[in-house]
Amino acid sequence: MASVLDSPDRGPVHLGRSVRTTVKILVVGHFGVGKTTFVGNISEIEPLRTEELITEASTGVDDLAGTPDKTTTTVALDFGRLTLSEELVLYLFGTPGQQRFQQLWEDLSIGALGALLLVDPERLGESFPVLDLVEQYGLPCAVGVNRFDGSPSYAADEVREALNLPDGVPVVPCDVRDQASSANTLITFVEYLLSRTD
Amino acid sequence: MSTEDSAFELTGRLVRPYVITGGREIPSEREFSVTTLITAADDAPDRWVISPESRSVLELCMGGYLSVVEIAGYLGLPLGIVRGLLAELAEKGMILTRAPVPSAERVPRQLLEDVLHGLRARFA
Repeated sequence: MASVLDSPDRGPVHLGRSVRTTVKILVVGHFGVGKTTFVGNISEIEPLRTEELITEASTGVDDLAGTPDKTTTTVALDFGRLTLSEELVLYLFGTPGQQRFQQLWEDLSIGALGALLLVDPERLGESFPVLDLVEQYGLPCAVGVNRFDGSPSYAADEVREALNLPDGVPVVPCDVRDQASSANTLITFVEYLLSRTD
Repeated sequence: MSTEDSAFELTGRLVRPYVITGGREIPSEREFSVTTLITAADDAPDRWVISPESRSVLELCMGGYLSVVEIAGYLGLPLGIVRGLLAELAEKGMILTRAPVPSAERVPRQLLEDVLHGLRARFA
C-alpha cells in the first residue's frame, strides 16, 4: 500500500490572483461512511491528503497533563476544492469523527460554514459521537444518508428520529459515488444554511 | 495547559520540525489557517538563504495562489511543518498571504448566496 503522503500524480492547479475569499465545509461521519469518496467525487482538483499530528485525548485532556508518555497520533485529512467564482473558493474537509480528534475539530471548525454529516443507515449508532462533536463546536449541519448496495432504504423521518435531530435539519439521500447526488446534498445543505439567516 | 503546544512539542521527536523550520515555533492554526491562501511575492528579496524545504514551498507557490493545506498535500509534509516554513517565508517578505473570511458569529447572507450560486452553476 502506498503511503498516504505520496505525492499526487498531477501538479498543483493554482488559483488566480482574483481570488478573494475561501470558505470551508466539513464532511464528517464515522469511519468508513464514505467521506473520502464524497470529497473525491466532487473536488475539482485531485483529492489530496495531508497529515496532522495530534495529542491522543481519548481519556480526557486532563488525564494526560503531566504524563511523561503522552501519546500522539497522526490523523489523515482528506480535502478537495471547488472554485465557485473568480473570487470565491470552497474547500471540503473529510474530517474523522472520533472524539480523540477534537483538536483537529477545534482547528477546522473555526470559520467553517457547517458540517455535512454522512450516515450509514445500517450503522446509525456510530454517528452519535460525531453528532456530539458537531454540537460541541456549534456547527450547523445537514445529514446525507449514504446508500450502500443492498441496504434497506430508510425514510428521512426514521433517520431523523433515530438520530434525534432538531426540526429543520435536512436529511437527504446521498449516493457518495455519484457526483450529481453528492452535489445535490451539498446544495441542499447550503440552501438550509441560507434559510437560517432569514 | 494547551494541548496544541504539547502536540507540537512531541512532533519534535518524530520529524524534527525545529530542524526543518530553522528552530522556529510552529505557528498555530490562528496564524496560518488551512484555507489561508499563499503566493510567492513577485519582488521576493533574494538575499536570504533559505532551507531546501522553504525553497520547495516557495517554488510551489509561484504562478498563483494555493491554500496552506494544498501546499502540505502537494509537498507531503504535515500541516504543522508547513506552517513553520510559511512563517519563515512571511517574515522574510517572500510570500503574500490572503486570510480566509474572518470567523464571525453569523456568516454573511451574501456569502452564502454566492456559495449557493456557484454550486448551482457548477452542478446544475
